[in-house]
Amino acid sequence: MTTQLIGEPVERREDARLLTGRARFIDDIHLPEMLHAAVLRSPHAKARFTRIDASAALALPGVHAVITHEDLGSANAPMPLLNEDPGFIYPRTHQALAPGQVRFVGEAVALVVADSRYLAEDALDLIEVDYVPEPAAVDLAAAAQPGAPLVHDDTESNVACRTADNTGDIESAFAAADFVLREELRPERGAAQPMETRGVVARYDASLEQLTIWDTTQAPVSARGVIADKLGMAEAAVTVIAPDVGGGFGVKIYLVYPEEVLVPFAARMLDRPVKWIEDRREHFIGSNHERLMVHRIEVAATKDGRILGIKDHFLYDSGAYCPYGPINAQCAQAILPGPYKIPAVHSTYEAVYTNTPTVSPYRGAGQPHGNFVTETAMNHVACALGLDAAEIRRRNLVRPEDCPWDSGRIFQGNTPFIHRDSDYPAQLAKALDALDYEGVKRSQPAEREQGIFRGAGIAFFVEGTGISPYEGVEVRVEPTGHVHVTTGYPSQGQGHHTTLAQVVAETLAVAPEQVVVESGRSDRFAWGVGTFASRSAVVGGSAALGAAKAVRARALDLASDELEVAPEDLVLEDGAVHVKGAPQMAVTLGALAYAANPINTLTSGAEPGLRAADYYRSPDGAIASGVHGAVVVVDVATGMVEIETYVVVHDCGVMINPTIVEGQILGGTAQGIGGAFYEKLRFDDDGQPLVTTFMDYLIPTAMEIPSIEIHHMESRCSLNPLGVKGVGEGGAIPAAAAFAGAVEDALEPFGATVRAVPLDPPAILALIEGRAES
Amino acid sequence: MKPPPFAYECPTEVADAVALLAAHGADARPLAGGQSLVPLLNFRLARPAVLVDLNRIAALGHVTVENGALRIGAMARQAAVEADPGVARGWPLLTDAISHIAHPQIRNRGTIGGSLAHNDPAAELPAVMLALDAEMTALGPEGTRTVPSGEFFAGTMETALAPDELLTEIRVPELPEGTGWSFREAARRQGDFALVAVAVLLRPSGSSSGIDARVVVTGTGDGPQRMREAEAVLAERGTGGDACEAAGNAAAQASEPADDPHAPAWYRQRLVAALTRRACREAAMRMGR
Amino acid sequence: MADHGHNVRVTINGEAHEGHVEPRLLLSDFIRHEAGLTGTHVGCEHGVCGACTVLLDGAPVRSCLMFAVQADGASVETVESLANGETLHPLQEAFRREHGLQCGYCTPGILMTLKPFLAANPAPSDADIRQALSGHLCRCTGYQQIVAAVRRAAAMLRGEEP
Repeated sequence: MTTQLIGEPVERREDARLLTGRARFIDDIHLPEMLHAAVLRSPHAKARFTRIDASAALALPGVHAVITHEDLGSANAPMPLLNEDPGFIYPRTHQALAPGQVRFVGEAVALVVADSRYLAEDALDLIEVDYVPEPAAVDLAAAAQPGAPLVHDDTESNVACRTADNTGDIESAFAAADFVLREELRPERGAAQPMETRGVVARYDASLEQLTIWDTTQAPVSARGVIADKLGMAEAAVTVIAPDVGGGFGVKIYLVYPEEVLVPFAARMLDRPVKWIEDRREHFIGSNHERLMVHRIEVAATKDGRILGIKDHFLYDSGAYCPYGPINAQCAQAILPGPYKIPAVHSTYEAVYTNTPTVSPYRGAGQPHGNFVTETAMNHVACALGLDAAEIRRRNLVRPEDCPWDSGRIFQGNTPFIHRDSDYPAQLAKALDALDYEGVKRSQPAEREQGIFRGAGIAFFVEGTGISPYEGVEVRVEPTGHVHVTTGYPSQGQGHHTTLAQVVAETLAVAPEQVVVESGRSDRFAWGVGTFASRSAVVGGSAALGAAKAVRARALDLASDELEVAPEDLVLEDGAVHVKGAPQMAVTLGALAYAANPINTLTSGAEPGLRAADYYRSPDGAIASGVHGAVVVVDVATGMVEIETYVVVHDCGVMINPTIVEGQILGGTAQGIGGAFYEKLRFDDDGQPLVTTFMDYLIPTAMEIPSIEIHHMESRCSLNPLGVKGVGEGGAIPAAAAFAGAVEDALEPFGATVRAVPLDPPAILALIEGRAES
Repeated sequence: MKPPPFAYECPTEVADAVALLAAHGADARPLAGGQSLVPLLNFRLARPAVLVDLNRIAALGHVTVENGALRIGAMARQAAVEADPGVARGWPLLTDAISHIAHPQIRNRGTIGGSLAHNDPAAELPAVMLALDAEMTALGPEGTRTVPSGEFFAGTMETALAPDELLTEIRVPELPEGTGWSFREAARRQGDFALVAVAVLLRPSGSSSGIDARVVVTGTGDGPQRMREAEAVLAERGTGGDACEAAGNAAAQASEPADDPHAPAWYRQRLVAALTRRACREAAMRMGR
Repeated sequence: MADHGHNVRVTINGEAHEGHVEPRLLLSDFIRHEAGLTGTHVGCEHGVCGACTVLLDGAPVRSCLMFAVQADGASVETVESLANGETLHPLQEAFRREHGLQCGYCTPGILMTLKPFLAANPAPSDADIRQALSGHLCRCTGYQQIVAAVRRAAAMLRGEEP
C-alpha cells in the first residue's frame, strides 16, 4: 500500500548531521593553500577619497594582496537593478568596492587577502584612506526634505521612488465618514541577524578554468549569473554552492553583496582559494537592514466601526542603495487592507535614500510594517468609537461567503491579492477563545483596583506567499531504486529536504529513505531563483509534485510495456509497479529506471531515463492568514512587560509536515516579538551606528520568548495542486501589532496610544506618564 | 573580530605577576576571567602589548570563612562563589547578585576580582561589595595594602588600584543576625548588564528605627553609588508606612544618570525609585518586619 | 619576525591536540581550524550568542572568550563527543524528535550547555530549562521546541522514555 507522508510529522533527515557536528557550514570549508580575506569598511557615513595607501599593509609578512576599486575594472560595474518600480525616479545600485565615495558606515572600500584572518585584520589597521567627510543624510524624514544632503550627488533629491496604488473611490469614502483617524506610525529599523553570519569561499581551478564558489546565499542560481557577469566568465565556468546555511531570513539574498564578487575575484587573481567569513560587527554594518518606515495615515470610519477608506502616505528608508526596488514598500502597501473589506485604499510611498546600510527584505518584507499600521489603526479607531478591538475587526472581515474577494491590491511579483480559501471570522473566534479574551476583559476592573495592569491584544495577518518567479524540481529514479531529487533553491534551516522527500516519496510510493535530495548547487540544477517570500512549499513543492507525478506516469507506461498490461490495470506501491490483484506480477522502479536507459536500443530523439522535471509558477500566489493574540502584564513603575499568554491561530493550507510548520510559526513569532519589544538599530546624527553588538541589539532569549499556543486551521488552497499556502513569514508579521495592542489595552486607564515599535520600557513608561515619546 | 597581537605571560605566583606588571608598565594588562577583556580585545578596543594571565595562580582561588568573615581570592570564579553554601548562608545578597551576572557559561570563567577591578558602571559585584562594606587587598611592588570598598571604586572602569597593583583578595565582614537584604535589578534581557540595580542591606542597630541601612545603586553613572539620603530615611523612619517609598524617591533624586542609547536619564531615575522601594520592602520582610 | 608562538596541548574529546600557536589564537579557532573539529560554531566572538560553548574541564564556557594557550593542559569536550558512533546521545535524539533545531547553527553550543545541566538537574522544570538556555541565542526556533526537547532528553536520561 501507499504510505501517506504529506501531512505527517516526519522527523527531519537534516538533523543527524547538524546534531553531531558533521554539517558543513561555510566556515567549515577548508581547502589546501587557502588564504583569508577581510574587508576594509568605511568609517564615515558619507565621504570622498582619492587615495588608498596600502603600502604598509602590503609590507606586512603574510599579506598577499590589497584589492581596491582600481584593481577591479569591469568587475566593479554597478550591480543589477532587480525589480523595476513604476515610480522610480533615481534607481541606484551598489558596486563591489566604493569608487572614491562612500555612502554608509560599513561600505566596502578594499579587500585584504592574507595567510590568516588575524593577519588580514592586522593589515586593515595599516591601510590609509584620505577620506574627506561630507554631511550625511541620516534621519529618514529629514532626508526626504528638499535641501537635505544628497546620498547620490547625481540626483536632485533623496527620493528614489514615489509610487501610488489607489483602489476605490477615496473621496466618497471620506465624505461618508463619521470619524477620521489621523496618525503617524513608525516601525523602527531592525535586522535579521541569523546566528551564522555571511561568508564566501572561492577556488579557481586554472587547469579547468573553473570557478567554484561556496556562498551563504539564499539564491545560488541567480548569484551565479551576477558573479559570472561581473567576472567576465561564462556561467558554465562558474559554480555556486550554498552549503549548510545557518539561517537567512532574507538578509542572505542580495544580488549580490560585494564579497560575492570580491572573494572569487581575489581567488582567480591570486590562483589560491580564498575564504571570507563575515564577523558579527561586520554583519551589523556590512549586511542589509530592514524595517524603518514612517506612515501618515487617515482612516475613514462610520460610527458603528465600518472602515470606509484608508489614505496612507509613507516614507520608506531605502538605505544607501535600492537594487531590489522598494520591495518592502510595495509589500507594505499591498497588504494595507489586511483581511478587511475596505472599499477604498489610496497609498503612496516615497523610498528615500539615506547614508545608512542598504535595506532589503527581512522575514515578511514590509508586511510586518503594513500589518502594524492597519492593525494598530483598527485598535485606535475602535478606541475612539468606544468599540471593542475584536468587535471592530469582526465587523470588517472578509467572510467566506464574500470569497473570492478581490482586495484590488497588487502584491510583489505582480500578484493580485484575492482572498479565498480561508475563514477569517472562525480564526478570530478561535483566537479569542484560546486567549480567554472575555475573561481578561472581565477581570480588568478589579485588577486595576489592585494595581495590576493586564491587557489583551489581537492582530490579524494575511500574507502574500507563493509568488513569482517559478521554481523547478527534477525527479530521477536511479537503477539502484533511489530517487534523486534536485532543485535550485537552497535551505537555511527550513527542512526543505525533508518536505520535498515527503512529497516525492508519497507520490512515487517509495520509502522516504530511498529519496536523495540535493538543493542549492548551480551545477546540479540551475533553474529557478531562490528561497524567499514563504514560497518554497507552494512553488517548489508544487514543482516536486508535478515532476513526481510525471515520473509515476512514465513508470506506469514503462511497466505496461514490461508486463504487457494496460497502464490502468497497474498500481504503484512499495517502490514497484504491479498488476492490480496480482502483486507477484511486479517490476521495481529501479528496474524500470534501468529499462528506461536502453543504451544500445534508444531511438534517436527519445529521452533516456526515468525522470522528469517540472517548473511551477503560481500567477495568483497564495494567501496564508491567521490571528495572533497576546495577554500582557505591564509593570507601571518600570515599564517592563511580561507576556503571559501568546496564541497563534493560522491557516497555511495543507501542512506537508505539521512539526516543521510549527517550527516556522514559533520562530517567526519570536522574531516578531523581538521587533515588537527588543530589537532596534540606532544611528547618531552623523550616521555612526550605535548598535553593532549583541550586547546592544537585543535578540530575545528563552527567558523573554513565552510559550506559544498554536491552533491550526487547515483549509486547502485552491490555487496549487498541493493545497499549500506558505508559512515562513506569517509568524513574524502580526506580532508587533498584537503586542502593541495588548500593551495599549493594559494601559487603557492611562490613555496610552502606541505609535511606534519596538516599544521599550522607557517608551512604555512615557506612555503611562503622558510624556512626549523619546 | 580577531585580537591584535600581544605577548603572553603566565605566572604561577602572585609576586611574579606583580613583577611582570611593574616591568611592562602601561603596556601590560592582567587577564583574569577574560569575560570582559577578551571581547574588548576581539573588537580591538584594547591593545595591550603584554597580557599577564592570572589564571594559573593557584593562591588566588580560595573562598573561605574565617572568624566569621568571608575571604574570596580575586581569581575565585563567580560560579564557585555562587555555588558556595557558606556564602549562601552568610551573605545571601552576594549569592543572589551573582545569579544576575550574564549567564552560567560566563560565570564559569568570570572572576570576582576581575569584575571588581574592571568596575563596569552597570556591574553587579561592585554594588554588592560596596553594600557589604568589603575590603579589598591589593599587592603591588611596595607590598600589600587594604582599601575599603568605599574608596576602591573610583569612577567608570576606574579603581584605586595602581597599574602595577593586583587585587588579590576581597574580605567581607560578617553580617549581624537578623540582617535583611535585597538585590533588585532591571535589565532588558536575562543576563544583560543592569539598566539599574539596587542592593539594600538592613542591619539591626541602635538607631531610632532600629535599622542601619545600606542602599547602593548601580547603572546610573560612574559605578556603584551609596544613597545616603535614602539610608537616612530608613535609619530615621524604619521601613513601615511610606518610608520605603520615600527612600526610593530620595535615591532617585540623588542619582544623576545621563541619557544613553539604552535609556533616557529620567527613565533610570524612575527605575531607581521603583527598585529601591521594592528592595527596601523585600529586605524589611527578610528582616522580619 | 620573532616567533611569539607557544606550544599548547589540549585534550579534546579524549584526544590530544598539539599546536604551536600565537597567544592571540582564540580557543574557538584552535578547536575549529587547528584541531579540525568544526562542530563548534562561532556566532558573535563577544561572548553573547553561546554558539561556541564547549566544556572546559567539564564546565560550559565560551570558547571565543579564551585563548588556546589558556587551555594548555586542559580537557575540552565538543559536540563531536556526544554521539557514540551512529547512536545519537539522548540529547541529540530528543532534539531530533522534538524539532529542537532548524538551521542547526546554535545547536552544538546549546547541547554542550545542556549536558552538564541535565546531569545536575535530572528533572528540571520548564522555567529551569529556559534559564539554562538563556545564555544561548537561537534565531530559528523561538526556543519552544528546544524546551520540549530538553524535557524529553531529561526523561530519556532518567530512563523513563526510550
